[in-house]
Amino acid sequence: MEDDTRIGGPEGRFPVTRWTVIEGVQSDDPGERERALGTLAATYWKPVYKHVRVHWRRSNEDAKDITQDFFTRLIEKRYLDSYDSSKSRLRTFLRTCVDRHVQNADRDERRLKRGGDLSRLDIDFVGVEEELARKGLGAEASPEELFEQETIRSLFGLAVDDLKKECEARGKTVHFQVFEAYDLADREDDRGPTYGDLAADHALAVTDVTNYLAWARREFRRLVIERLREMTGSDDEFRREARSILGVETG
Amino acid sequence: MRWLSDRALVRLRRVTELPDLTGTKYRLVEEIGRGGMGTVYLAEDTPLARRVALKILDQDHTPKELSARLLTEARVLARLEHPGIVPVHDVGELADGRVFYTMKYVRGRRLDQHVEETLPLSERLRIFVRTCEAVAFAHAHRILHRDLKPENIMVGPFGEVLVMDWGVAKLLDKSATGTETDTGGMADGELPASAGSPMATAHGVVMGTPGYMAPEQARGEVDRVDPRSDVYSLGAVLQFLLTGQIPSEAPTAVSETNQGNRPGGTIGGKTGPPRQLRAVIEKAMAEDPEERYDTAAELADEIQRYLDGRQLLAYPESPVVRTGRFLARHRVAVILLLTYVVVRALVLLFGGR
Repeated sequence: MEDDTRIGGPEGRFPVTRWTVIEGVQSDDPGERERALGTLAATYWKPVYKHVRVHWRRSNEDAKDITQDFFTRLIEKRYLDSYDSSKSRLRTFLRTCVDRHVQNADRDERRLKRGGDLSRLDIDFVGVEEELARKGLGAEASPEELFEQETIRSLFGLAVDDLKKECEARGKTVHFQVFEAYDLADREDDRGPTYGDLAADHALAVTDVTNYLAWARREFRRLVIERLREMTGSDDEFRREARSILGVETG
Repeated sequence: MRWLSDRALVRLRRVTELPDLTGTKYRLVEEIGRGGMGTVYLAEDTPLARRVALKILDQDHTPKELSARLLTEARVLARLEHPGIVPVHDVGELADGRVFYTMKYVRGRRLDQHVEETLPLSERLRIFVRTCEAVAFAHAHRILHRDLKPENIMVGPFGEVLVMDWGVAKLLDKSATGTETDTGGMADGELPASAGSPMATAHGVVMGTPGYMAPEQARGEVDRVDPRSDVYSLGAVLQFLLTGQIPSEAPTAVSETNQGNRPGGTIGGKTGPPRQLRAVIEKAMAEDPEERYDTAAELADEIQRYLDGRQLLAYPESPVVRTGRFLARHRVAVILLLTYVVVRALVLLFGGR
């Protein structure tokens, strides 16, 4: 499957130390804020776009403008200053901000396509409409469920990208290929390749397939956790989210 | 960014959530339970082709202290070879560093679910006596459970009773461990008083379940927690068994705890438990540990005395009441004896004529 979306900004970076986008967005350093915005947008632009399209029933072009405008104003208007991780999850807070932003945009009947001292985000919307078409605009999920589902999809998608880069850098491309064939394909569980099939495809022993897959899944989980750690406002929220998304407590 | 279909997303969430058992002899089957400290899975011990319950800490990059606690829990269980305590088979470490142990897979129902059926009083008391016996066995090995509640008691299909979840057990056997040891796991309902250190075992840290915890345990008075604290919890379990009501959740205020925990209520709309058993509950759940039964064995004996119709420690009776109860209990024998005496008297009286 080809990458279908290109996000500008410093996506793909993840710090070794505990750094969160909340701190970054609230920073006085424009560079730091831009980096935070890039990271935030990398995870949330699709959930925001799809929420605007599905919940607010906006056209493709309007949704693009609103999404673009939302992220630049997120910093300009310092929306995240009022975020309290003890009261709500970041994604819930952001969805509420998006709703308010759409209402304000309706009221003002104007959308500023600038972001103060920030450069405009370079979001490539190609492919996102195709994703929506696959799910259907009249999806039955509530706005909350849709936003959560799309946030997790983004988070996992970014972690898959991270894993692919890591495998390439460490000479473990076969590990990724096994993981891709077994876990990432759009198929029913009982319709995919067996470990024996994968072993034959990659000239491996079946036990190697088991080990490669286990390694890739472990790394994938670690990368999801790193992304998640970045995208949450506090340790408490991080643990709640990790438990909710991965079913694990994290230390 | 890679787009993931709904099916791929579901699969990824599942495979990343499940523990990786690569390198162990176990094959994962499914999750069967989750607590504050860890998750229990059904797994297959592949060489022996038998099903086991496998408990793993939830925490990634598990701190050594927490791993040590799970190991201690496994060792506690390994020391307690008793039909009422689930046996441990194995301990080990997963590829991601998390410690796990396996134990017998118990097919059965939790006590709180089991008593949803209409059970006669005698069966409820039999289950309770079996529970007390398992706890008494642990006490004899200087081990306190500290989280006794219906959810931690299993009743098997053949009526076997097992006391589960020793995650917050406390070892008092200094000779065995070199020091007093506290497994200190975080079971369901544990109330860490210190948010910064929920596993800490110092004063002020509360482990157990509100409503079932002894007042001294609820106050975090670690030094005062002894077998009588488990006796309190057993009293609360007895109350639940006899009334169907969960003791009130008053974990800190002693007076409130006991006000809320007065035995009463009904089972299935019938009148409450007999006076004698209410007295047993009150004695077991006395605010002052000195007023409780000293051991779980003593509590089991008390219930057995009730079942045998003997006098209870918790319910002293006057000679008249005691005689009346004796006569009522041995009604047939007394009638036969009286009949015999009367007939003999009549024979003596009229036989000589």
